[in-house]
Amino acid sequence: MIRRVESWGRLSREPHDWRPLTDRQQAAVAIAGGRGLVFGNGRSYGDVGLNPGGTLWSARGLDRFIAFDRQRGVVECEAGVTLRELIAVTLPQGWFVGVTPGTQDVTVGGAIANDVHGKNHHRGGSFGEHVESLELCRTDGQVIECGPGQREPWFRATVGGLGLTGLITRARLRLRRVTGPWIESEVLGFGSVAEFVQLSDASLADWEYTVAWIDCLASRGQTLRGVLFRGNHVEDARPLPPRRDWRWPFTPPLSLVNGASLRAFNALYLWRQRAAAGQRSRQPYVPFFYPLDGVADWNRIYGPRGFYQYQCVLPPPDHEAATAELLELIARSGSGSFLGVIKTFGSRVPAGLLSFPLPGITVALDFPNHGEATLRLFDRLNAIVQRAGGRLYPAKDACMPRELFEQGYPRLADFRAFRDPGLSSQLSRRLLGD
Amino acid sequence: MNTLLVIGATSAIAHAVSRRHAARGARLVLLARDAARLEANADDLRVRGAAEVHCIAFDALATEDHEAALAQAWAAVGAGGFDAALVAWGSLPDQAACEASAAQALQAFDLNARSVLALLTLLAQRFERQGRGVIGILSSPAGDRGRASNYVYGAAKAAVTTLASGLRHRLASKGVRVVTLLPGFVDTPMTAGFAKGPLWATPEQVALDIDRALASANGRVYTPWFWRWIMLVVRALPERIFVRTRL
Repeated sequence: MIRRVESWGRLSREPHDWRPLTDRQQAAVAIAGGRGLVFGNGRSYGDVGLNPGGTLWSARGLDRFIAFDRQRGVVECEAGVTLRELIAVTLPQGWFVGVTPGTQDVTVGGAIANDVHGKNHHRGGSFGEHVESLELCRTDGQVIECGPGQREPWFRATVGGLGLTGLITRARLRLRRVTGPWIESEVLGFGSVAEFVQLSDASLADWEYTVAWIDCLASRGQTLRGVLFRGNHVEDARPLPPRRDWRWPFTPPLSLVNGASLRAFNALYLWRQRAAAGQRSRQPYVPFFYPLDGVADWNRIYGPRGFYQYQCVLPPPDHEAATAELLELIARSGSGSFLGVIKTFGSRVPAGLLSFPLPGITVALDFPNHGEATLRLFDRLNAIVQRAGGRLYPAKDACMPRELFEQGYPRLADFRAFRDPGLSSQLSRRLLGD
Repeated sequence: MNTLLVIGATSAIAHAVSRRHAARGARLVLLARDAARLEANADDLRVRGAAEVHCIAFDALATEDHEAALAQAWAAVGAGGFDAALVAWGSLPDQAACEASAAQALQAFDLNARSVLALLTLLAQRFERQGRGVIGILSSPAGDRGRASNYVYGAAKAAVTTLASGLRHRLASKGVRVVTLLPGFVDTPMTAGFAKGPLWATPEQVALDIDRALASANGRVYTPWFWRWIMLVVRALPERIFVRTRL
């Protein structure tokens, strides 16, 4: 069936030959001999999940659990299960995912293929570190069971492998013990990048999760306006209060994110958060980890032209200066998003050859698509990233230059040997040549 | 704790209903033809919280084996019997193939109507003996009026709808409810070849309605709700006008 498919950034809406997979025993046969790409739940921002004019095998229908060891905290499921579904099953039994991104609507397969990270990189690394094994189906009909210590090179290539090594049909994940669905959190303000790094580092000993939001428009020179959230799972078995979720109902003709709305939102939001600064509070895990999931289809607010997300990581020694430079450039451009997200990564070695995290500072921002003007801004941001020896996150990317990708991912040559020649995406054609 | 019998358990809608029951700790007995898929579904339901899941091989077209399959199902849950049964198999035939071949048309009718009649006869006897419970029967708005695009499927579902209404009448005084479930367009493997529009629902949305209907309804339940009004209009159109439409 021909279906128009968009990614989370809604930059394009091209027709694809859409082929749903629903049966894991049949999946290997379904893709054998074919050419296409595997699609999860469409939460990647850019084109890593798109294959315009070609085949998309939708893996979302592979959504069955296989086994759950409630003593060891190991769950095995098909790759189309979302983290939302996974957590709904495991959390009441006292188990949570080892690493979670900022939305729970990603599939397990997508989380592996993009080796997603969360707010606990120093302790939990990225998603691939929590995978015990996975099954990979190749378009030549091969089925490969792999994991740490088991056909490991295949595993290292598939974790963060951008969906280019084969179809992940199922995976076994190691979960972490938690004592309830509540998070104890604290909010603190900061006024510069150096102060952010200090606060972040000081939080490592006692806090598992840290993340900061910055108001890009209010930043001038070395001055920054930001708040840091830190949180821990807390022993509290009270049931969660009922939750009302909203849906953004329509796509406005123009982006609602512009200079005026940004200034108003950031002033209000950050003012409220700062008012709470230094206070501890208890909140359910959902608003702490997934603040934007409360409004379904929020990506529509950027209007019909869609938006880019720009996420880079900047390693030491210049990470602080480069971050400040980056933020200042964005502030002067006046076209950043509601909020910039800024985190530090620890020095854990990621599981995948093309995994994104590096020790240092990572910055993520949304930009409404203003065509050339936006791309010109990215060129200047890219130059800063390149000089600092950093890299961009392919899961978010729609336009990085090939040269920056090759420089940022030195193990690319090792990766190529594991590619499935039947699989390619708009991103792979852009950044890997085919 | 609730005990549910699902016949045609590998259908997407049936599995979505089963998941809702599993999450509440139900006991489930699943009947379907494809043993490997059935076992995969059973594992899924166990992880999602089902207290017990039993799988029984069932071929709708082998009507002579229906009684044995039901006997196995009742044996699996013991004296208490079932709180609810969901009759959920079916297959959307290729209308053009049915027009070209009587054998194809009969095959589609056998699978969607004749086998349902056979099974319901036996199932009704067992529920009547139990003197309690609810039977949910998946039919289709396609059975409300014959249309050029799918009248073979529609005729079979019309038979199912009429059967269900008769059973409801018969069992009303016996403490057994019978619910006719009428899902509109649902995005499932059965409809994989169709372009999807705003009228389409997910199996999960439909399962929520079915779940509620099994809990308390006694009659015909369209899902999503708006199909009730669409079909009211479709049924009310005079033939003279209807034959000129492209429905």
